[in-house]
Amino acid sequence: MKTRYSFGGDEHIFVEVDEEMSLDAFFKSLSMTNAVRNSNIPGVTEICPANASFQVKFDPDRIHPDDMMAELKKLESAAENAEKRLTTRIIEIPVFYNDPWTHETLMRFRERHQDPNGTDLEYAARINGFDSVDDFITAHHSTPWFVSMVGFVSGLPFLYQLVDRERQLQVPKYLRPRTDTPRLTVGHGGCFACIYSVRGAGGYQMFGITPMPIYDPEQKVRHLKDFMVFFKPGDIVKYKPIDRTEYDRIVAEVEAGTYAPRIAEVEFDLDAFNADMEGVNAKLKEALYVG
Amino acid sequence: MSVKVIKPGLLTTVQDLGRPGYFHLGIPMGGAMDRLAMRSANLLVGNDEGAAGLEAVFMGPELEFTQDALVAVTGADMPIFVDEVEQPGWTAIAVKAGQRLGFGFLRSGARAYIAISGGIDTPPALGSRSTYAIGALGGVEGRAIAVEDELPIGRASGKGRAGASVPQALRRGPGSPAELRMLPGLYWHRITEAAQKGFFEDEWAVAPEADRMGYRFRNGRPLEFVEREQPFGAGSDPSNIVDGCYPYGSVQVPGGTEPIVLHRDAVSGGGYFMIGTVISADMDLIGQLQPHTPVKFVKVDMDAALAARAERAALMQRIREAVG
Repeated sequence: MKTRYSFGGDEHIFVEVDEEMSLDAFFKSLSMTNAVRNSNIPGVTEICPANASFQVKFDPDRIHPDDMMAELKKLESAAENAEKRLTTRIIEIPVFYNDPWTHETLMRFRERHQDPNGTDLEYAARINGFDSVDDFITAHHSTPWFVSMVGFVSGLPFLYQLVDRERQLQVPKYLRPRTDTPRLTVGHGGCFACIYSVRGAGGYQMFGITPMPIYDPEQKVRHLKDFMVFFKPGDIVKYKPIDRTEYDRIVAEVEAGTYAPRIAEVEFDLDAFNADMEGVNAKLKEALYVG
Repeated sequence: MSVKVIKPGLLTTVQDLGRPGYFHLGIPMGGAMDRLAMRSANLLVGNDEGAAGLEAVFMGPELEFTQDALVAVTGADMPIFVDEVEQPGWTAIAVKAGQRLGFGFLRSGARAYIAISGGIDTPPALGSRSTYAIGALGGVEGRAIAVEDELPIGRASGKGRAGASVPQALRRGPGSPAELRMLPGLYWHRITEAAQKGFFEDEWAVAPEADRMGYRFRNGRPLEFVEREQPFGAGSDPSNIVDGCYPYGSVQVPGGTEPIVLHRDAVSGGGYFMIGTVISADMDLIGQLQPHTPVKFVKVDMDAALAARAERAALMQRIREAVG
């Protein structure tokens, strides 16, 4: 890992903790952003953590950009030695894979795809070496995922699969981005999964849809009453495959104000995870389902 | 009091100076694209500079007033009418109850700012009335204004006076070709020296895809990349990076072909490399660029960026003194 600092104009500093994605880079970035928050450097206006990088927005009328840069660099060595451990939560996200709405959308934008004659799931299954779409879907929902960034638009989570790098599902983004994506589409690009919080443009492959809202500007949805955005970096997600009947049932529950996501508090320790991925994943799932 | 929307214009939204503080969740600061114009309009009608007004793109709305008010229109140049009588821009205009404010065809610039004494008083969302349409947040139900909307107006301060005006010398609009000053950085090292040089030599033009999220430019030469093995998680295209944060004003170039400058409603991050950032002093200007406008990017260093920022702040101060 080599940390690289750059000015983003006169109001931002961009810090790339590592060029490539890893949980080590995520945790170092998280530690550094926590350190920036705690150090109360004058002039800092926004701190945005990302997968393996972060950004600080500042007011150059209050602190000279060079001084801001020096302050940030001072925090790096302490962040390197910070504990890579989080008290967080695991959330079950129901997913209706191969649903009619993302299917209609992906057919509409077929000429922008690498494989105009198939579907996004068929393409993703093939290039990841699976014999069938069902096997691919199983690989997608059988292990937990880690929210390594929230952003792009309104509370959209980027998720990193909690498995060995060799087993991580990887797909390219669309050749040209779509101008439409159904709200709550479960997508995938590079090594990252995402959930589209709102309807709009997008370039990730589309695998399914969740009935569970993750952004509600009116804060009417029961689990979004306290804050309009559901996810935060460090959350852990377990997808659960559902069929049309269950999808419709959950949509009705959300509308009636009775739906409550399945959530459990968990500890995540990166060293323990790196030492025994299957064991840690089993414990995470146990917390969710046995608790 | 309220103002009734007779015609909404092409895309007219409620905007103030935005909602900083939520970019880490993908909710951008938003607010007027041309902040100097928005602040000026507010000052003219006696509002706080950060009061909410309307931002009208390419075409003005038609509004009917239910009470007497002061209004001011700044930014893009388009004929302004109260009933049938043409009115000056960058000037406080007295409007009587029952009268209508309307507009003719755009002459220059892209966005007109309309301030009304008392300010638009739609409910704030996350500390701002700015409309963020992608997230259905702020403004009128999170969307552009529409026919028959009644825009609530706050209580006027009484400080504004009809006829107050921003002197011609202090008004700002785009030149042609427009010049956007950029501080290279971020992933600037990903393109070859020849491409770095070519980017500043080429004349670009504003593409039709130009909105509050970002402005796209075309007509320049494609950028040539420095070869590398793509890092894990980034994606296979040489313009891909592991999804990271995007600064406001950052210049991303998907596929190395058409640069996009992110603006007030920026996406907060993504997987495209960026070659630098348009300096804060030139962000307002972008909001006044029409599609097809020729544009040159001009390379600057940090000292020049800070000097330009100070100059811009001094200009705003002169407007305050001239109007106050």
